[in-house]
Amino acid sequence: MKSRITPYLQSAPAMLWLGLFFIVPLVAIVSISLMTGNPIDGYTLTWNFSIFPDVLDQYSPQLGRSFLYGGISTLLALVAMYPVAYWIAFHGGRRKSLFLFLLLLPFLVSFIIRILTWQFILSDEGILLGTLKSIGILGDDAHILSTPTAVITGLTYDALPWMALPIYVALEKIDRDLVEAAGDLYASGYQQFRRVILPLSAPGVYAGILLVGITNVGDYLSAQILGGPSTTMIGNIIQTQYVQNGDYPVASALSMMLMLALLVCVFVYARVFGTRTIQEYS
Amino acid sequence: MTQPRFSRRQVVKGAAGALAGLGLAQFIAACGLPGTKDTGWEAGFDWSDWWKRQRRHDELNIASWPLYIDTENGKHPSLQKFAKQTGIDVKYSPVIQDNAAFFSQISPVLQNGQSIGYDVIVMSNGWQLTQLMQNRWLIPLDHSRLPNFKKYAGTVATDLGYDPHLTYCAVWQAGATAIAYDERQVDGPVDSLEILFDPKYKGKVGMLSDPDELGTVGLLALGIEPETSTYADWKKSAALLTKQRDQGIVRQYYDNGYIKALQDGDLAVTQAYSGDIFQANHSGYPHLKFVIPREGGVLWRDNSVIPYHAANPVDALEWINFYYDPEIQAIIEDWVNYISPVPAAKPIIANQLEDPVVADSPLIFPSEEELARLKEYPMTETLETHEKWVGLFDPIIQS
Repeated sequence: MKSRITPYLQSAPAMLWLGLFFIVPLVAIVSISLMTGNPIDGYTLTWNFSIFPDVLDQYSPQLGRSFLYGGISTLLALVAMYPVAYWIAFHGGRRKSLFLFLLLLPFLVSFIIRILTWQFILSDEGILLGTLKSIGILGDDAHILSTPTAVITGLTYDALPWMALPIYVALEKIDRDLVEAAGDLYASGYQQFRRVILPLSAPGVYAGILLVGITNVGDYLSAQILGGPSTTMIGNIIQTQYVQNGDYPVASALSMMLMLALLVCVFVYARVFGTRTIQEYS
Repeated sequence: MTQPRFSRRQVVKGAAGALAGLGLAQFIAACGLPGTKDTGWEAGFDWSDWWKRQRRHDELNIASWPLYIDTENGKHPSLQKFAKQTGIDVKYSPVIQDNAAFFSQISPVLQNGQSIGYDVIVMSNGWQLTQLMQNRWLIPLDHSRLPNFKKYAGTVATDLGYDPHLTYCAVWQAGATAIAYDERQVDGPVDSLEILFDPKYKGKVGMLSDPDELGTVGLLALGIEPETSTYADWKKSAALLTKQRDQGIVRQYYDNGYIKALQDGDLAVTQAYSGDIFQANHSGYPHLKFVIPREGGVLWRDNSVIPYHAANPVDALEWINFYYDPEIQAIIEDWVNYISPVPAAKPIIANQLEDPVVADSPLIFPSEEELARLKEYPMTETLETHEKWVGLFDPIIQS
């Protein structure tokens, strides 16, 4: 008897956690998305499944754009931060912690302030464009703010530490003897990196991509502050529908669609690169 | 492990049991989110009798917008005077940044029949204020306790299309929405909304992301009177604004951020609020010009209202009455720089406070002819018309 109950008791905290913070909100969102009504008369559950094709039809440009911006910014952050994490892990020496701290330092400033700073940097007559215009590299009416470039810049910038940290941890954990052994077996520097270090850091890259990708696809502040007339992301729509229009079913349905689409992406990604690498190498 | 691990089936069964325990099944079955209907005071309630029984509590909680009251070294002289004269202990919270966001915060509380903790809130005329009135979530004002309002309120405060009998609203400040331009980038003078649609300023035109502001400027540009406009007119306005966006003329649909973009030189011309431009003019940006174009502008008001269940309604009236005193209004207006509801504050600002720049500014004390050129937003009295309106203009702003 005891042996039958014990595992349940042992897993109770985890189950409770999952139930409270995952299942309950999820069921709430699903059921709200299937309701119809309005803020004045209230919403009732009518199992309105047609809301999903409806919102998909209406908001597919914004949904697609979110994945595009999210994907590009994630890749850019990866390309930018892998070398940094590599350098700190392998060449940081005794000052590793200092370098990590410096990397994180700008991120102690509030998120909003950091985005607004980009508004300042990228403004038409600002320090970047103003300079390029005065030396004639850019035309007078060139602008970056209010374009997709500005939104992706904001998304990428904000992702940097979240990409760097997991990669750094993975690189840091690599047994240096393995690298040395590769060298002893006449692997060139490139081969050591390609055949030993890169595969061993894969779990970190995987974690970084998930962490950044999921956050960035759902982001709305970057588009709101740095974007223009045609850079609206799905997060902006969800926010407007929920806060401005009180249209909870549409907001919930969009959140569901976003979650499902992300799940599909994560699943495909895990199938192609992810779990195999993690199981093999970690 | 000596005992068998969990099988997947067991986990699922356990989870299902836990779910049932949490009552989710009932939740789904009885599902629904209550509406705001019939959650306010009962129709026909005798407010004059109620007011007779109310007493002062010497406490007052005000919710307002940031930078919207005279401020000196972090203190508010007008409020300090009020506290000293009346003995009322005032707590002033500049917590409102957006009508819709604030409404969505207070709405669940009012819906539950509870107090939101404020005795006075400042709301702009628009859908959220209309909702507050229609839901009977506001306490009707007792004008017998507002002698200063009766004596000093100008037409800006007494001629309200959205509250014609002044049942709930005592204007805190008003303002004009029209256009502002950067003299260095635009050959002035500008006198028409046509400039907002001029391809010459492609990528340098700012529009407002508030659907009321955006839709109304489209109507004005087409020469349509907003207050009496019909759904067919709204569609024309939406078509005009869609074309403007698709031609690449609009740089961005801004909230209050337009003022920074204009100051930075990112915008040549933009929809703008009067007070912002006045303040910019006197803080290092004299080249920004505000004009009410010949097609007209919009006059909006931010209103002090008393939410239902407020704990200190009499103290709230004392405050409203206090700020309609021209001496006090002068102190507030000289700092806030929007359009004052009390014309009698003008000579006091000019003579006693010796600030002719404010007193003589048509942006702060507009003449009657100028006021006549300012219109109200189209009336959206029912949810259906409101949804039609945002259904037309939201997709333009968030494309």
